[in-house]
Amino acid sequence: MLLEQNHITKEGEFVINMGPQHPATHGVLHLKVWLDGETIKKVEPHLGYIHRSIEKMCERLSYRQFIFTTSRMDYLSAHINNQACALVVEKALQLEVPPRAKAIRIIMAELTRLASHQLWWACMGLDLGAVTPFFYAFREREAINEIWEETCGARLTQNYIVPGGVMMDTHPNFRKRVKDVMKQIKDKAHEYEELLTGNVIFQERLKGVGYLSREDAISYGCTGPTARASGINSDIRKLFPYDGYEQIKFDEVLNSGGDCWARYLVRIEEMKQSVSIIEQLIDIIPEGDFQVKTKNVIKLPKGDFYQRVETARGELGVYIVSDGAASPYRCKFRSPNLSNLSAIPKIAEGAKIGDLVAIMATVDLVIPDIDR
Amino acid sequence: MKILLSYSFSSLASKISTWLSNVISNEMLLIITKMLILGISLLAFLVVLCFFLGYMERKVAAFMEIRIGPNRVGPKGSLQIVADTVKLLFKEGLTPDASDKFLFNLAPFIVVITSMLVVAPIAYAKDFQLWDISIGVLYVSSISSMGVIGILMAGWSSSNKYSLIGAMRSGAQIVSYELSIGLSLISIVILSGSMSLSEIVQSQANGWWIFKGHIPVIISFVIFIVASTAEINRAPFDLTEAEQELTGGFHTEYSGMKFAMFLLSEYINLFVVSAIAATIFLGGWMPFHIGSLNGFNHLMDYIPSSIWFFAKTFLIIFIIMWFRWTFPRLRIDQLLNLEWKYLLPISMVNILLVTIMTIMGWHF
Amino acid sequence: MTKEELKNNITELLPSTTFDETGEFLNVIIASDELLPFMKTLRSKSEFDFDYLFCLTCIDLNNHLMMVYHLISKTHNHCIVIKAKITDTIKPEIESVNSIWKTAELNEDEVYDLFGVKFLNHPNLRRLFLEEDWEGYPLRKNYVDENMIKL
Repeated sequence: MLLEQNHITKEGEFVINMGPQHPATHGVLHLKVWLDGETIKKVEPHLGYIHRSIEKMCERLSYRQFIFTTSRMDYLSAHINNQACALVVEKALQLEVPPRAKAIRIIMAELTRLASHQLWWACMGLDLGAVTPFFYAFREREAINEIWEETCGARLTQNYIVPGGVMMDTHPNFRKRVKDVMKQIKDKAHEYEELLTGNVIFQERLKGVGYLSREDAISYGCTGPTARASGINSDIRKLFPYDGYEQIKFDEVLNSGGDCWARYLVRIEEMKQSVSIIEQLIDIIPEGDFQVKTKNVIKLPKGDFYQRVETARGELGVYIVSDGAASPYRCKFRSPNLSNLSAIPKIAEGAKIGDLVAIMATVDLVIPDIDR
Repeated sequence: MKILLSYSFSSLASKISTWLSNVISNEMLLIITKMLILGISLLAFLVVLCFFLGYMERKVAAFMEIRIGPNRVGPKGSLQIVADTVKLLFKEGLTPDASDKFLFNLAPFIVVITSMLVVAPIAYAKDFQLWDISIGVLYVSSISSMGVIGILMAGWSSSNKYSLIGAMRSGAQIVSYELSIGLSLISIVILSGSMSLSEIVQSQANGWWIFKGHIPVIISFVIFIVASTAEINRAPFDLTEAEQELTGGFHTEYSGMKFAMFLLSEYINLFVVSAIAATIFLGGWMPFHIGSLNGFNHLMDYIPSSIWFFAKTFLIIFIIMWFRWTFPRLRIDQLLNLEWKYLLPISMVNILLVTIMTIMGWHF
Repeated sequence: MTKEELKNNITELLPSTTFDETGEFLNVIIASDELLPFMKTLRSKSEFDFDYLFCLTCIDLNNHLMMVYHLISKTHNHCIVIKAKITDTIKPEIESVNSIWKTAELNEDEVYDLFGVKFLNHPNLRRLFLEEDWEGYPLRKNYVDENMIKL
């Protein structure tokens, strides 16, 4: 009986399970891959290995607490997740956040994006077999983490944001340190070019691989760099500005290539944009309060609230249905990674095993965000 | 100083040999004793060499990756690899239930034995060679391609799908790159007119082949380095292991000393390939000479021949390690394209050029 | 299109709908059996052109379930929220929108997994996160887990 049930593959099929413990899946993603030789016939994602039911937990937590569970979703853009939750509460309460808090939030969000993209770049090289880039990217990422550590004491899950502003003011060294790091990143940019971008093998591995057309990207609901590499203007910072992004000059990075190489270039360019955003803001952080006073127990008015932000991986939506109580009636996180993941079976079809690794690396999935 | 300079492996070997024949009168026993001494010293040499290569690889990797590398065990971390070996020795050698147990346990030995066999005809110093076989080049290229049997065996018997894919990749890869290696070796065989490694070294007394043979030999040398990197499954051609794709490839299921044997054979292969390249293209133990600059040439002659050999070998080892730590991995179809569409046609044309060059006597 | 125009156009299309304009987006509440043809029109008609389903979820409102679809048009840049009411909470069923937006596949799997809504004509309906034999649907309000710690 059991044997019959386990016989899920037909004769002549070669199925491998990539994950949940696999070096290239960056966590516990489980892809079931049907192969014909080295060529991929079909990919089916299996999830749930790290599901913590954050949405259910949020139904019992207050509006101050539920922010911090989101740090554990996309842990690489923890700050931006927190920002989304704070924004939805502020939107519901119609709170006006002080300009200083807004500026700090944006600088921190862009630092998070930089750190996240640097980690992506590191793992990108690692996935394609080049170990060395990892250490170069981590050198800069470490410097960014130190800024975090100095200001709020945490390095990865920062929990720095509260409804109405940020939890505490920045460290006195903050401005100098951020400037140093920006200078370091710009000075070392050529190393990144030399190590991976300019490498012929690396380009060969990415160009023309994992093509995602514009129509498919829209249909699969892709967001973030994955969508922008297919030519969709999906940057929430431009489309639906929040926290004062509308006052900042930056370009939405678009590329119509649609392949892995385009996704790679988009992310590389986004790092430069983030640096430029931080440099615009770092000298003009307004003085004043970093937080507005809110009631101890926050109660949202009855109704539905939706807030979206641009994380390092795409659009994060927080959908809150409130019944007027001190905790959400229903809380849904629209995670960018789940939609991006759903496109992988489509783009990986007909590719080689090595290509699947490259595709997963360029789509840049964070599994806890898919599983929530 | 004088003693140090005049010291050579060959005189040491002949001294031991004469002493042995004085002590042991029985002919048969003499041969057996000599064999034993040779075998044990070769094994000891290879193990020490692998320890050193392991240490060197870590230090080179650390150098490439802006970090320090091993620095805790022993002076400057030099005993780290010993500690690792001890760790591997004490690990349980697991054999998966579903595997073919005989082949699974046999495979690491085959891999190690084949790579150790290739060490035999290498000339380490002047007149210091284990086995001066007249078909040295042929022997090296045929024995070294036997290693793939061990890898295929390991991958197939593991009864793991990743291992199987790794083994199949390995088969395709080694069989393909064997051709280029053979052809680039043949270009030197044509030039020197001999297959014996000692004679090839002798033919470079007036200059190394890479300098004497113009551009065709340089092309052969580059092809040899690329193809042999592929042959020994090192990055960027490590598709058989391809950790990020196949979680370790053919040795996924191996642990403990059985796993260490694959590492051992990898390092021996690395050494062998570099030693062959140094012997064939860079003059083996021959010192570096420039035309008629007698003073300079004389100075170079003072450096012992074994140092020359190892310096050249380790230079090539360093280059291959450099590849490993800076290049991303190729995809399987790109790997085969590189061989069948580029390296093989180029080396075929190259053979033609070398032949013409040799017939016309255009080389130095 | 603005909210008002959207509202007028949709009323023409489907007179039985009710609207809720309190939030940021225009909320359109329809019955579950009207969903698929209505969604198809929203996708195909050029003045709507809602080509991007950016959030798909479900809410358990105790006596009924509510499917929520957040749509945006990349060409017109207008948003709308479609809410489909499922009255049967014992055996909830609704048409899948996977044929219109591919992103629905995994999201509907998730809703099936956590709310137990069965999607008709879904290509591969399965429990996405939980095991196949898991009892109950965790995000339902009446779900009880005896391992859960009482706060």
